[in-house]
Amino acid sequence: MNAHVQAPRSLGVRADDGIARGAPLLVMDNISLAFGGVKAITDISFDVRKGEIRAIIGPNGAGKTSMLNVINGFYHPQKGTITFRGQARRRMRPHEAARQGIARTFQNIALFKGMTTLDNIMTGRITLMKRNMAWQALWRGPAEREEIEHREAVEQIIDFLEIEHIRKVPVGRLPYGLQKRVELGRALAAEPALLLLDEPMAGMNVEEKEDMSRFILDVNQQYGTTIALIEHDMGVVMDLSDRVVVLDYGRKIGDGSPDDVRNNQAVIDAYLGVPHE
Amino acid sequence: MPSPANDSVRGREPATFPQFLLLNEQRFGSIAAMRHKDGGIWRSWTWAELCDEVRAYSLGLRELGLKAGDRVAIIGQNRPRLYWTFCAVQALGAVPVPVYADSVADEMVYVLNHAEVTFAVAQDQEQVDKVLSMGDQAPLLRTILYDETRGLRDYEESNLHSIDAVQAMGREALARSGDTEWKAGIAAGKGGDLAVMLYTSGTTGKPKGVMLSFDNLVISARSGNSFDKLDFNEVVLAYLPLAWVGDHVFTYAQAYVAGYCVCCPESPDTVSEDRREIAPTYFFAPPRVYETLLTGIMVRMEDAGKWKKRMFRYFMDNARRVGEPILNGEKVSLSDRIKYRLGELMVYGPLKNQLGFLNMRVGYTAGEAIGPEIFRFYRSLGLNLKQLYGQTEASVYISAQPDGEISAETVGRPSPGVEIEIAESGEVMYRSPGVFLGYYKNEEATRSTKTEDGWVHTGDAGFIDAEGHLRIIDRAKDVGRLADGSLFAPKYIENKLKFFPNIKEVVAFGDGRDFVAVFLNIDLTSVASWAERNNVSYASYQELAAHPRVYAMMEEHVDQVNRDLASEEMMAGSQIRRFLVLHKELDADDGELTRTQKVRRSFIAERYGELIEALYDGSTSKHVDTEVVFEDGRKGRISATVEIRDRPPVPVTAFRKEAAE
Repeated sequence: MNAHVQAPRSLGVRADDGIARGAPLLVMDNISLAFGGVKAITDISFDVRKGEIRAIIGPNGAGKTSMLNVINGFYHPQKGTITFRGQARRRMRPHEAARQGIARTFQNIALFKGMTTLDNIMTGRITLMKRNMAWQALWRGPAEREEIEHREAVEQIIDFLEIEHIRKVPVGRLPYGLQKRVELGRALAAEPALLLLDEPMAGMNVEEKEDMSRFILDVNQQYGTTIALIEHDMGVVMDLSDRVVVLDYGRKIGDGSPDDVRNNQAVIDAYLGVPHE
Repeated sequence: MPSPANDSVRGREPATFPQFLLLNEQRFGSIAAMRHKDGGIWRSWTWAELCDEVRAYSLGLRELGLKAGDRVAIIGQNRPRLYWTFCAVQALGAVPVPVYADSVADEMVYVLNHAEVTFAVAQDQEQVDKVLSMGDQAPLLRTILYDETRGLRDYEESNLHSIDAVQAMGREALARSGDTEWKAGIAAGKGGDLAVMLYTSGTTGKPKGVMLSFDNLVISARSGNSFDKLDFNEVVLAYLPLAWVGDHVFTYAQAYVAGYCVCCPESPDTVSEDRREIAPTYFFAPPRVYETLLTGIMVRMEDAGKWKKRMFRYFMDNARRVGEPILNGEKVSLSDRIKYRLGELMVYGPLKNQLGFLNMRVGYTAGEAIGPEIFRFYRSLGLNLKQLYGQTEASVYISAQPDGEISAETVGRPSPGVEIEIAESGEVMYRSPGVFLGYYKNEEATRSTKTEDGWVHTGDAGFIDAEGHLRIIDRAKDVGRLADGSLFAPKYIENKLKFFPNIKEVVAFGDGRDFVAVFLNIDLTSVASWAERNNVSYASYQELAAHPRVYAMMEEHVDQVNRDLASEEMMAGSQIRRFLVLHKELDADDGELTRTQKVRRSFIAERYGELIEALYDGSTSKHVDTEVVFEDGRKGRISATVEIRDRPPVPVTAFRKEAAE
């Protein structure tokens, strides 16, 4: 028996979409979103290119999470078009977005607390399961084979994120930093074309932040996953991301490389605070 | 199925590990040589498969230009390919040099340069980065290999190869020109050749490279295997540092000689779970591992339900009474035996299963003294836990306890082939076939450690007791004499006191004095919980430490130790005559302990000079004022009046053990 195959295994982005690395994967065009009279997002346009790490930053209430929710299909903008993988999107529900290859993590962890790490990450595979519920219930033959395939993919993620030791531990019992990592694992399990991370380092200490940064970079390099992330820690953002878009009061005030953004007067004002007219 | 044990390939005894590999391929071809948990599943290699892997690896290394005499650093944790590296390198006549994976780049540079390493095999990106960061500092280093590819894909260094790629190169070479030459190279290996260089961590000065020959290791492994009757059926877990001699002998040398199976855990964090799944038959751990496991059990039992707790207590009481006698094959009443059996079913068995000790035939502890209570606990469960005494310079084995002659205080009889002598100064010396060749490029240190006729200084003081067992009492340099000439071994006395859970730290004085006196530090956790149960109220550590009932408790402990000492011929003179309980906890922040929590004797002698004087001038109390440093760096002062108590010595009448003989 020579079962030990350690040739570099790749999770592989689902079904190659023909978009070249560096070409726009997601284009947000003149997006506006309002809740009643409150304008959360006003006329914002930006794009995410395939294979890059794109950061969305801005002070509190700038509309960052709303933006993620729009991309995710959770909110529907009143104006503007979203083009994902070359197709203009119609009104869509989050699970459809998930099927199209958009996965995300949440600012305040949304895992199944009573389930183990392994089971939580397995749920990330749900959109990739081919057999229907009847097969799953029977759990023989094709369904069993499929489960094994998915388990293998999940084990790769567990190995990748170095969480072997908590494989069988209910996530509710884990410390915060590890829960964040499990959540990232679940998002990765969906083999997303676009990974949305909502404040992946919120509430972490320096060491945990370093670990998480390394995982984000590794995901991007190893699997070529495109990542859009929201983050408050400027040091992290500037180090990790290829390009940064800056929001303030629902408007876009800057867009470009970390250096451009750092020297942008409007951005400096927004962060240091100048009187708004 | 293994063919009948036939120790000869081509008509002669194998002398090197690559020769053993080829032999094992023949005699144990289809039984498991190695397992590794990967992706949540245990994968295994038979000796035949292992041989294929090592051959491909070794031929690949040759393609890369590795030749006889080269040094290869191995940096990482217990992973199969790092173990293969040893054999693949030795097959070419090159010398593996395992390095502690957690050492920082600066420390590593020294070892790599000193050993003149040209190849380095690193586990993962972290270790590769460390090696690359040395740059020009390690000018001889030419080629770097790595095991785990993650994160390394974009590295462009041309001298960086994955082990996979090296093995592929080796397989190509094998297909092209076969392995006749490779096998001839192995057959030419001799027992006297240098097998491995192990750098001792060295608490003082720079690390020293201990050179061990194949003969050293093979003979030690053989005698170790025969001493404990180990054969190809054993299963061990590889979890200790590769660079440590114990790991090298237990999981490489002995495994190749006996043909047993070595299991590599999934990651350092999963060791306890992996141990439960594997259930090793032969197990080694330093005392602190056993201690941590025991504490874990006790804490979890506190949270258990009432009935479970009651059952646990009942059967553990029984085990404490009859477990060890049963294990030693002594006479035990039938009813106790039945109770013990029942206990095995209800408590001991499930407990051992949880710990991963269910199949353990032989377990060892070594490195430092183990608390008698801890030792007894495991033995009472029916586990054959024993102590051994060893050193890198001896290829581990100096002495070990034979089955049935176990005690918490001794480290056993001389191992097969080992001669032990106690020098004039009380230092333990030994001579054996396992004695190292010398320290690499350090003639001076070699000469001061190893005599012309092969005796090695251990640096430890000890004596042979009435039953012929070796007892280690202290580091030789710390051992002194009382004014009347009797032996004074501070650590020996301190350890005896520290085994009481109520005592955290002890400092003993007596060198050149009339009698022995000690400073005690109470263990706050344990004494506080006692205080709560006994309605003793206190406001601070200082107050609790000075409480009369705490003093009474300490008095009992000291008396107990004195009784112990009185029964030992060598130690009877060094009974504790006076003691005091310190008003503050000894602390690394104040420089009283090292960062690894060892007492800094000389510093304490200076800082508490007044108190030491008070111990010897007959006063019954002393006022002291001490500066302390808080965790955030602020300084403060603590002052207190410390009480000093006298203890009468226990009369030394007859030595019970001798009388019993």
